[in-house]
Amino acid sequence: MAAKTITLNLKIWRQAGAGASGRFEAYRLERLDTDMSFPEMLDVLNERLTLEGREPVAFDHDCREGICGMCGAVVDGIAHGPAKETTLCQLHLRHFQDGQTLTIEPFRAKAFPVVKDLVVDRSALDRVIQAGGFISVNTGSAPDANGIPVPQHKAEQAMDAAACIGCGACIASCPNAAAMLFVGAKISQLALLPQGELEREQRALAMVQAMDREGFGNCTNQRECEAVCPKGISIRNIARLNREFLRAAFIGEPLK
Amino acid sequence: MMKLDAKIPDGPLAGKWDRCRFESRLVSPANKRKFQVLVVGTGLAGASAAATLAELGYQVKAFCIQDSPRRAHSIAAQGGINAAKNYQNDGDSVFRLFYDTIKGGDFRAREANVYRLAQVSNNIIDQCVAQGVPFAREYGGTLANRSFGGAQVSRTFYARGQTGQQLLLGAYSAMMRQVAAGRVTLYPRREMMDLVLIDGKAKGIVCRNLVSGHIERYSGHAVVLATGGYGNVYFLSTNAMASNVTAAWRAYKRGAGFANPAFVQIHPTCIPVHGDYQSKLTLMSESLRNDGRVWVPGKTGDTRKPQDIPEAERDYYLERKYPSFGNLVPRDVASRNAKEVCDQGRGVGDTGLAVYLDFRDAIQRDGIEVILKKYGNLFQMYERITAQDPGSQPMMIYPAVHYAMGGLWVDYNLMGTIPGLFVLGEANFSDHGANRLGASALMQGLADGYFILPYTIGHYLAEAGAAALSTDDAAFAGVEEEAGRRIAALLKNRGTGKKGLETVDALHRRLGLLLWDHCGMARNREGLEKALALIPELRQEFWDRVAVPGSGQELNQSLERAGRVADFMEFAEIMVQDALAREESCGCHLRDESQTAEHEALRDDANFSHVAVWEYAGEGRPAVLHREPLAFENVTPSQRSYK
Ligand SMILES: Cc1cc2nc3c(=O)[nH]c(=O)nc-3n(C[C@H](O)[C@H](O)[C@H](O)COP(=O)(O)OP(=O)(O)OC[C@H]3O[C@@H](n4cnc5c(N)ncnc54)[C@H](O)[C@@H]3O)c2cc1C
Ligand code: FES
Repeated sequence: MAAKTITLNLKIWRQAGAGASGRFEAYRLERLDTDMSFPEMLDVLNERLTLEGREPVAFDHDCREGICGMCGAVVDGIAHGPAKETTLCQLHLRHFQDGQTLTIEPFRAKAFPVVKDLVVDRSALDRVIQAGGFISVNTGSAPDANGIPVPQHKAEQAMDAAACIGCGACIASCPNAAAMLFVGAKISQLALLPQGELEREQRALAMVQAMDREGFGNCTNQRECEAVCPKGISIRNIARLNREFLRAAFIGEPLK
Repeated sequence: MMKLDAKIPDGPLAGKWDRCRFESRLVSPANKRKFQVLVVGTGLAGASAAATLAELGYQVKAFCIQDSPRRAHSIAAQGGINAAKNYQNDGDSVFRLFYDTIKGGDFRAREANVYRLAQVSNNIIDQCVAQGVPFAREYGGTLANRSFGGAQVSRTFYARGQTGQQLLLGAYSAMMRQVAAGRVTLYPRREMMDLVLIDGKAKGIVCRNLVSGHIERYSGHAVVLATGGYGNVYFLSTNAMASNVTAAWRAYKRGAGFANPAFVQIHPTCIPVHGDYQSKLTLMSESLRNDGRVWVPGKTGDTRKPQDIPEAERDYYLERKYPSFGNLVPRDVASRNAKEVCDQGRGVGDTGLAVYLDFRDAIQRDGIEVILKKYGNLFQMYERITAQDPGSQPMMIYPAVHYAMGGLWVDYNLMGTIPGLFVLGEANFSDHGANRLGASALMQGLADGYFILPYTIGHYLAEAGAAALSTDDAAFAGVEEEAGRRIAALLKNRGTGKKGLETVDALHRRLGLLLWDHCGMARNREGLEKALALIPELRQEFWDRVAVPGSGQELNQSLERAGRVADFMEFAEIMVQDALAREESCGCHLRDESQTAEHEALRDDANFSHVAVWEYAGEGRPAVLHREPLAFENVTPSQRSYK
């Protein structure tokens, strides 16, 4: 593997805590191996800051494989950075030029308050799921798995939607901070499957209501969400969400 | 003195679980809400347990380190989950899944536990499908299966390469439904620092709120640990960054037995290490070995490009040594042989710590389209990380630490040696013996959480009663104070201007290397004794020289890591002791001193057919080894051979 190295100038958002005011700080990192991933670069910076007795940059990450949805930052204005369908943890430095300056800031949205530096609070997404992102089946009461046949193409479409990792990039990149792609993906997964049929209307109404309650904005078809989604979730899911919601509003019973 | 009673029900194997359930005491529906259960960990094991307990009517508090329970390490599992459905009509059965699992574990697991696992495996698939898990399907709409990890039947259910993600999201959504119902309360960004015992029973935990830094107390009628595996003791592993041993280790220091800590699985097909900044290793599914051929240059120091090395000068060492299994030998054999050829100086790549996994012949035989259909996403993933295309040149792979078979000892009811402490999933030692088969960790985690704990915990709670809970007990104050002292000790070098400080990661990396060298795939007395001498020195260095900036009163990721590494530094010692005490080769590990004439692993049933359980004996005293003998009444232990 290539032993190429580059120098990067980083401008990173530093903010001590939720209430504190933040600012950009500049750091210069030399001899960075281009095989390095983005969080590994931040590790290198943090090791240095630590030995200099300074505060390392707080950033969320866990799997570093692009699946847990924990990582995320806005790099030069793009959530998760410039590589298509790639989480920040899977973004390698070979995508950058020697000497380039990168501006790194947290995912910003009203519903995502900053906790510290690049770390934000995304618990609003969990609360939206609590409102209806499930099928109500208690453990033990399921029929035999093959008793619920699902056409292959439906299962595949459901899987396309279910691939969402809940990172919040869609929200951070939307000018309205809408959570429609996230919610649309869950609604779609469950609406496409026969198991989800029974609670279809209730689910659509409840999740949309929860989304509004959490302070997420409305979709105005900017398509930024789809462009940054690391899992390539399509905005067709938003269209399906709208259909499900309208359908529920017409034929569904009002929410209890 | 610790007493090990596995509480395995009497009677024939197939009836044991029924019997256990029948003989268990029940908590009446009206009384369940009077019980508070603390579930630490929200991976497959923890989330499924929390959801199911709440459905039954218990009050549950669920804790996890990540910002959302959906991000537990289970999310990363790729390959699939086993079940004995026999949907493919290819001769599978509960007994066959049981047999394969116990044989795969090299006859170092309990028959009764493994049989129960195979029995409930089918319920898991039913449950997950009902939750909306989008498993792969056949054209007719029935579930698809594949054969995984060398199994001779197709019993693995999968959702593309994201099976763990989909199963976890299923369990998470079931748990979120219970949050909405008010029966589960979530505590994300919390790290359990210690276990609280009152009158010898597990009655609570002390956590650090990772955002505010506050130490918090929580009390419950029972404590469930589902905190995952400890593979990160090696620093580099395929585990998520936050995976740790802390919760299990703290329980151990409060009296819970730790079983088989030396049993760690090293997976043969990972992307090799590429630099000293590297933070984790990425697994490449072992399904690649179905079509890829493993080789290295025949002679040492051959630096030619792979395509320039003629056929006659390549050594397809797995095919050469194991003609009947070839590239499909089990994980441990493949891993050990890769290390061996690299140790001989025949490894490839910049570091010499890699072997080729070559698809050239498969592509010539089947065409690139067929190969891409099977492995396209894996090829992409490899290319994303390495910038090399496995379609045009061989992949490079190397073994990496992957899974911990060892864990806290539990009886048949999944209760540890501390009453009221239950342990689920990778955190316990139960079902995989000395080696885990592919696609069976997901099965075990969900079996424990959905179908076993919910029954067995009732028996304990019914007996223990629903006495009022309080965190005012002196035991909480004592444990909280200890946790505070530990945090202060970790921060003591901050702002001192002391010279020669090292970062947490640097010290962790040194521990990892030491273990990889001396307590890795192949072990011997000399190396293990050396490690036992070096670990306390390194631990001392850690406490003297660790640099942890910031304070305890805020989000402090360096402090979080330092706490976990401090526990790894202690845990490593019983791991090495356990490896030293086990003077046989078995499952994942070769003891150099215990080999056949052909240099294959030699198990020693006469002396080591037992679970090794370590008991904490106090600071500075050596841990005490107890043995739970294993009895095989339904299968006959055989020596493995892949020649
Ligand atoms: C890359 C990869 C691929 C895999 N593929 C497969 C596969 O295909 N099939 C298969 O069967 N198995 C597979 N495995 C293994 C399997 O994924 C794991 O063994 C399993 O998911 C572990 O689940 P768990 O619920 O026990 O723990 P985890 O999912 O690790 O969850 C641990 C939980 O505990 C919490 N926690 C930990 N410590 C603390 C603490 N101190 N305080 C509070 N909370 C804490 C964490 O936040 C987390 O919520 C794979 C593993 C890896 C690494
Ligand atoms: S760290 Fe898990 S997706 Fe990036």
